[in-house]
Amino acid sequence: MTKVVVAMSGGVDSSVTAALLKAQGYEVIGMMMRLWSEPGNEAENRCCTIDAMNLARRMAAQLDIPFYAVDAKDVFRSTVVQYFIDGYAEGITPNPCLLCNRRIRWEFLLQRALAIGAEFMATGHYARLRIEGNENPASHQSSVIGPIKLLKAIDDNKDQSYVLHVLKQEQLEHALFPLGEYTKPEVRQMAREFGLPVAERSDSQDLCFLGNGTYSDFLIRNIPEIAQPGPIINAAGDELGQHNGLAFYTIGQRRGLGIAAAQPYYVIRKETGRNALVVGMLDELGQNELLAHGVNWIAGTPPENPIRAEIKIRYKALPAWGTVTPMENGRVQVRFDENLRAITPGQAAVFYAGEVCLGGGIIE
Amino acid sequence: MKHIYLDYAATTPLHPQVLEAMLPYFSGEFGNPSSVHHYGQRADHAVELARETIAAQLGCQPHEIIFTSCGSESDNLALRGAAWAAREQRGANHILISPVEHHAVSQTAEQLAALFDFDLEYLPVDEYGRVNPAELAQRLRRDTAIVSVIHANNEIGTLNPVAEIGAICRQRGVAVHSDSVQGAAHLPIDVNTLNVDLLSLGAHKFYGPKGVGALYVRQGTRLHPSQTGGSQEFGLRAGTQNVPYIVGMAEAFKLTQDHLDAHKAHLSSLRDHLIGTILEEIPDVRLTGHPVERLPNHASFVFEGVDGNHLLMMLDVEGFACSSGSACKTGYPEPSSVLSALGLSHSWGLGSLRVTLGQHSTAEDVTAFLAVLPRLVEQSRKII
Repeated sequence: MTKVVVAMSGGVDSSVTAALLKAQGYEVIGMMMRLWSEPGNEAENRCCTIDAMNLARRMAAQLDIPFYAVDAKDVFRSTVVQYFIDGYAEGITPNPCLLCNRRIRWEFLLQRALAIGAEFMATGHYARLRIEGNENPASHQSSVIGPIKLLKAIDDNKDQSYVLHVLKQEQLEHALFPLGEYTKPEVRQMAREFGLPVAERSDSQDLCFLGNGTYSDFLIRNIPEIAQPGPIINAAGDELGQHNGLAFYTIGQRRGLGIAAAQPYYVIRKETGRNALVVGMLDELGQNELLAHGVNWIAGTPPENPIRAEIKIRYKALPAWGTVTPMENGRVQVRFDENLRAITPGQAAVFYAGEVCLGGGIIE
Repeated sequence: MKHIYLDYAATTPLHPQVLEAMLPYFSGEFGNPSSVHHYGQRADHAVELARETIAAQLGCQPHEIIFTSCGSESDNLALRGAAWAAREQRGANHILISPVEHHAVSQTAEQLAALFDFDLEYLPVDEYGRVNPAELAQRLRRDTAIVSVIHANNEIGTLNPVAEIGAICRQRGVAVHSDSVQGAAHLPIDVNTLNVDLLSLGAHKFYGPKGVGALYVRQGTRLHPSQTGGSQEFGLRAGTQNVPYIVGMAEAFKLTQDHLDAHKAHLSSLRDHLIGTILEEIPDVRLTGHPVERLPNHASFVFEGVDGNHLLMMLDVEGFACSSGSACKTGYPEPSSVLSALGLSHSWGLGSLRVTLGQHSTAEDVTAFLAVLPRLVEQSRKII
């Protein structure tokens, strides 16, 4: 029997993933990582509270599969959380979930899954995998020649190919995403049919390691100097007010600027050198170009020529048409057909050809 | 897949004869031992017979046996009860325990220090986790309330010289407790030979049911109850007695103690083969605990550069159920305080493995285990 490790969280998605694979005849093993939370907040990491761990263990017992907790605190703290802190300290808006997928889930945990003899690791992510000529969605064989394609999920609302664009062929070879073929309501229905008591559990939100606090509280505790007030200026350099620290604002933000004016102001950009928040009117917001680095191409190599693609600049952003031009050193230039409002350094730009996710990189 | 159980120090399967002895007390013989009537008298008789059976094995009087819910409760009652009583009686304030106690002892002592201002002192141990009686003698004080030294350690299997320790304490008039939850499954237990005032037992370590234990309390040893209420168990442990489990415990204890020599011969030869082979065939491994003065069923190791939790998981996937000093179901491996007390460095301390054998263990089980362990240790060393 083919062994599959399912990365479990106690939630409905990973529980249904495990149940589906078991029903398909795999030998399923559940694993759940114990991640880091702030000291004093240990019980609060939303990905792995004691409650969530108990729930996952309960699901595994109900499915009659073995379940193991894996300690990933140190590696999670030193990579994902550090990246988050460093990013804000540098004035960007990092997306730690991308690094978690690449470094923790699909490296640290995959290594442990393979070490116990598993051929695949499955997660409850909504995305699909395809190999040219193999139309069986649930089982791709590692013996098949040819690159594996990452496709958007059937359920466009739940599609998570954005966070999976970081995966390489050698990781995708061992990956299974059974839920990508279903809609979320179908998954909840399956959970009910499998008799899983997590069927009605709400989806997880936000960054797991922030616990119950807000991300700005977390940043102030970990980088006290980040709460450095500075001027809010317009493009002409006129000072319009004071900000509380650049990290607490995002590009395109309109609320909470505290500027009295006839028309609303928007955050246009951050000038970290002079600690200034540049604001302007709606028509000043937006750019038609971005540069991204650390680009991962799912196929393994960049295209030789510029390509037309739809680009998502945030997990929940609508795709926008543009031209992606590969450059030296894993960088790309993206030129959009129209101005985009919220191009945010630190987030990922992810490229799509229809339903196929081509890859992506970090916005500079 | 075939599963092989190598974790008898965690718990043991119920002996069929024990189950049979217990069954009537779940149905027909359901009375409350405290009741005046026929049903109560039948149940009371069963509890008292069980008390006599255990007392006979321990070489003590039946009224010196207090039934509890488990070994941990016995430890709690012994430490808290003796500390409180000694303070009330003579203003005693000092608690002396080894650093290799079961958490049921050490956490109780820590709580007595934190909430009740007792002065808690840890005895030194050698590299095998043994207390030196002479070191104990030097640390005993006029105001020492209680001394507790584990009989046989659960993590590393080491036996302590409880008889010598007990003799010193009793000569100085200080109450001495020993947790023999592991020891009682494998060693002859005579409370007079061991020179203890208090001794903890737990039934499920010797093929009895989970959820029942006992505390031996030498006559004249002053104890305050930690669970108060009715006057059951001579006023030392309130609550209706768990009659079927108490009956089962007595049956299991007698069965185990009556066959100690046969079991010891069987277990120690398997254990020695296991230890010898692992030390010869796996690089960068150390036996933890004493090489000779250890439980006959107990083999424990540390492997340098291995994540013990991960090794356990790999073993389980291959069908072998073992344990580790640092293992934790929730994925929070705490460095074991027992292994730390032995002076092991971090790179060794997290890589612990405990293999404990039992009555159902066979030479084939051990051979099968030895056939996979070297490969799994090697694999787990490759994981970063």
